[in-house]
Amino acid sequence: MKVEPRSPQIDWLFLGFLAAIVAAGISTVHSATWKPGGDGTSAIALRQGLWTTVGVVVMLFVAAVDPRRIERSAYAVYGVVLGLLILVPVVGFIGGGSRRWIDVGFFALQPSELMKIALVLAVARYLQADEPLAGLRFRDLGVPFLLFGAPAVLILVQPDLGTTVLLGLVFASVLLMAGLRLRSVGLAVSVAGFAAFWAGELVWSQLKPYQQRRILTFLDPEADPLGAGYHVIQSKIAVGSGMVWGKGYLEGTQNQLRFLPEQHTDFIFSVFAEEWGVVGCLLLLTLYAGLILRGLQIASRSNDRFGAIVAFGILATIFWQMAINVAMAVGLMPVVGITLPFFSYGGSSMVTLFLGVGLVLNVSVRRFLFLKPGRR
Amino acid sequence: MNGDPVLEIDEGWWGWIRSKIPPPGLRRRLLAIGALILVVEAGLGVRLWQLQVLRGEHYRELADHNRVRLRRLIPSRGLAFDRFGRVLVENRPSFDVVMVPEDARRPASVLAQLEELVDTDLPDARKSVALRGSRSPFEPVVLARDVERETLVQVETHRLELPGVSVHVGPRRSYLYGEELAHVLGYLGEVSPTDLRDREGYRMRDTIGRYGLEKQWEDWLRGSAGGQQVEVDAIGRELRVLHEVSSTPGANVFLTIDVDLQRAAFRALEGREGAIVAIDPRSGAIRALVSRPAFDPNRFSGGISQKEWSALVEDPLRPISDRALQGQYPPGSVFKIVTAAAALEEGVVTPFTKIFCGGRIKFGRRYFHCWRRAGHGWVDLHDAIVGSCDVYFYQVSQRLGVDTIADFARRFGFGSETGLAIDHENGGVVPDTGWKRRNFGEPWYPGETLSIAIGQGYITATPVQVASMMATVAGGGVRRRPYLVDRIETADGAVVRPSQFEEQSVGLRSSTLTQLQLALRDVVNAERGTGRNGRLENVEVAGKTGTSQTVRLRKDDAEPGEVPRAQRDHAWFAAYAPADDPEIAVAVLVEHAGGGGGAIAAPIARKVLERYFAIPPRSSGDEG
Repeated sequence: MKVEPRSPQIDWLFLGFLAAIVAAGISTVHSATWKPGGDGTSAIALRQGLWTTVGVVVMLFVAAVDPRRIERSAYAVYGVVLGLLILVPVVGFIGGGSRRWIDVGFFALQPSELMKIALVLAVARYLQADEPLAGLRFRDLGVPFLLFGAPAVLILVQPDLGTTVLLGLVFASVLLMAGLRLRSVGLAVSVAGFAAFWAGELVWSQLKPYQQRRILTFLDPEADPLGAGYHVIQSKIAVGSGMVWGKGYLEGTQNQLRFLPEQHTDFIFSVFAEEWGVVGCLLLLTLYAGLILRGLQIASRSNDRFGAIVAFGILATIFWQMAINVAMAVGLMPVVGITLPFFSYGGSSMVTLFLGVGLVLNVSVRRFLFLKPGRR
Repeated sequence: MNGDPVLEIDEGWWGWIRSKIPPPGLRRRLLAIGALILVVEAGLGVRLWQLQVLRGEHYRELADHNRVRLRRLIPSRGLAFDRFGRVLVENRPSFDVVMVPEDARRPASVLAQLEELVDTDLPDARKSVALRGSRSPFEPVVLARDVERETLVQVETHRLELPGVSVHVGPRRSYLYGEELAHVLGYLGEVSPTDLRDREGYRMRDTIGRYGLEKQWEDWLRGSAGGQQVEVDAIGRELRVLHEVSSTPGANVFLTIDVDLQRAAFRALEGREGAIVAIDPRSGAIRALVSRPAFDPNRFSGGISQKEWSALVEDPLRPISDRALQGQYPPGSVFKIVTAAAALEEGVVTPFTKIFCGGRIKFGRRYFHCWRRAGHGWVDLHDAIVGSCDVYFYQVSQRLGVDTIADFARRFGFGSETGLAIDHENGGVVPDTGWKRRNFGEPWYPGETLSIAIGQGYITATPVQVASMMATVAGGGVRRRPYLVDRIETADGAVVRPSQFEEQSVGLRSSTLTQLQLALRDVVNAERGTGRNGRLENVEVAGKTGTSQTVRLRKDDAEPGEVPRAQRDHAWFAAYAPADDPEIAVAVLVEHAGGGGGAIAAPIARKVLERYFAIPPRSSGDEG
């Protein structure tokens, strides 16, 4: 029996939300890096535009790939990215206090970014078998925990506490969505906590003093008023001074006078908030909410479990990244170096996110359903 | 969400279509997730409302003048003390007048007002204010450094008329003994871009040790910076401290130097270029380390002017160079101690072997002269040392060969750095056949050995090496590594780096040592001794003179005054006392002395020893 091939369904609403966010992002990056009296668009904003274009191409490509191939190559992709992560302490270079990048000639590859996607793929692949009616039990989680634990440790020692936490949140979200029983959640959390503590002790003793110091600063930025604590204060001032309507595009004084450190990356939201006020911020939050919720709809309409879990995992990544970054910018969380998705400046981040979105689109663009011919 | 069921389809190998019936909990889960998203977003929205609407005015205000500033708390730099706890360098407060141009609003006119107030023109300040483009915003510009009390009072009382101007108290390094300890303590300078890149914890315009102790022990002396978040008012005055992390003061360094002895040695070398090193032979502790001419390290404390720096660097007498540790000179006759030790140990002579000195010997086609034209007559080892007979040692050297002499020289510490923990030491040169081949591509000529035996030719040594050799003989044939830093303590007195000793026996028989010691005693005390000028009344001194030629084969008949300075011999004198139970070993080098070791260097050493023995040991200093 053959099922009618459906025409490709491109979800325009989803893409619309995305486009709005990206556009706002590029213009905010321009504002954050533009020099008054300088000529035209800032170089960094142009580069962000370039990476966006690359990202869109990647997105379209991934959306058109046969989903079976994605599913089949899930473990392989995970293996490659894990390999790259292992390479980082060997050949990687240091920037901004941690070693996260591998130099590939004309750009810097950040394996921890790729791992966000790879982990989702691998876990989805593992969990795609039909879930038992009663839901997944804790004991079924052995392999997924390993899949998560290995890269988590490697990323933690870079050191990159932020990405590790993000990975954990995404992992937990995917598990919950995939049907983990609620009572198993409690068990999972306690085991994870214990394992994290034990692994943390082990890893801590291996770290050099300056690395330990950096992690301590991550955990308690107030201890270093000249570092992260200062960032948060300046960020709150920037955000708060936006008031209701904001100061206007390119008029943000905190940003123009360069008080906001890392203003085109970690604190890009503060730049936006200063210029567009609470009205602009709530609008932006709505756009993100729209993107995620629409994406959830796509995921729920998926015909196969693998695609659904992958789409969900990607959306979880986007959501948690956004939430953590904004929380950081408004002083609800310590500074952990998570960037705002589709907004903050960053080539590898942009391309990776678009790759993820491509996977979500892949689910919505399902074209053919067919079965082995001849069977009844 | 789509809930219509579809036909169940065979799984099998192709059956990757899964059932479209959503698993029971899925719908519920998706709803829960959607709700969670909205809750989180709402939470963020509430926070935004709080910051932007409820407290918006307040933040707008803070933003308008960037009222929250960071201030770095510079740690107090560690001090240095001598062996009796007398302070050698300290930090005194220096008052700088600074301005934050953004707070001043019209910086040029504020500056003009200031100039009028203090009745002085400040051209440098005007320049700095005009050039402020490349600074970080709200970073202060220094208008005047290290101002007098009156200026300070004027500025403070007129703060309201001078918006943006304030007084900043900073530390200034003060070297209490100035030139006398210049090379030992060193000086500070501003951090370089290389330092900023390679070292942690430094910002632009910080000071860092650039020479001597200040440089070598920078990491200990520096401490670590703290910081404050300060809220300021519209004209930049501090309102309150929001948050503070205190700085950690640097650790204090306790030296082995005896500052009284150091001062005496420095004065003894007045009018001359050279070096004096005094070591305690029982431990290797350096009691005095002098190099002249010297410079005043206090000139560096506020930042030295380009002109002054150039003057120091281009001065032909090289005051910055540390002759005690870096100066490499032929040791001359003081080296005979090594040759003598080698001769006895190798058995090429006994203490009773006599050799005839007629004033010169012939070797090959050349004549090698003894300094004493008339010759010494029949001499044994003792006489040869006492009279510093060159011919005796020429003869001995032929029986030893240069490689053996080189070996003993190295055992005494020549040819390599002593390992003193100061950054600028040289190792001198100890030549042998291999060395000659490596550096000149030629074989060693036996005639050159004769020169080496009397400390001339290719061999060079630093004054500290010579002092160390003397201390080795004084200390029973055990070579002890000279050291300057006794211990390092934190500000509250905890010892963080105790003294570190290192010693190694030279491997001499006690009979050899005794022979040497007896001979050295007579150098100073016997009638024919060349070192009679080093003699003290109430303490028996042992020592050796040396005169090293700088130019070979120049006219010996010339009067000292007629010889150009650069061609004049260097004068050495190395000694220890008391001869029977030595407490102190001294080496004196006078560059281009225009006279021999006995005539010029020995009296200087005597002055140092006089000072040493006039002071009984005590535990704390109360006179400077």
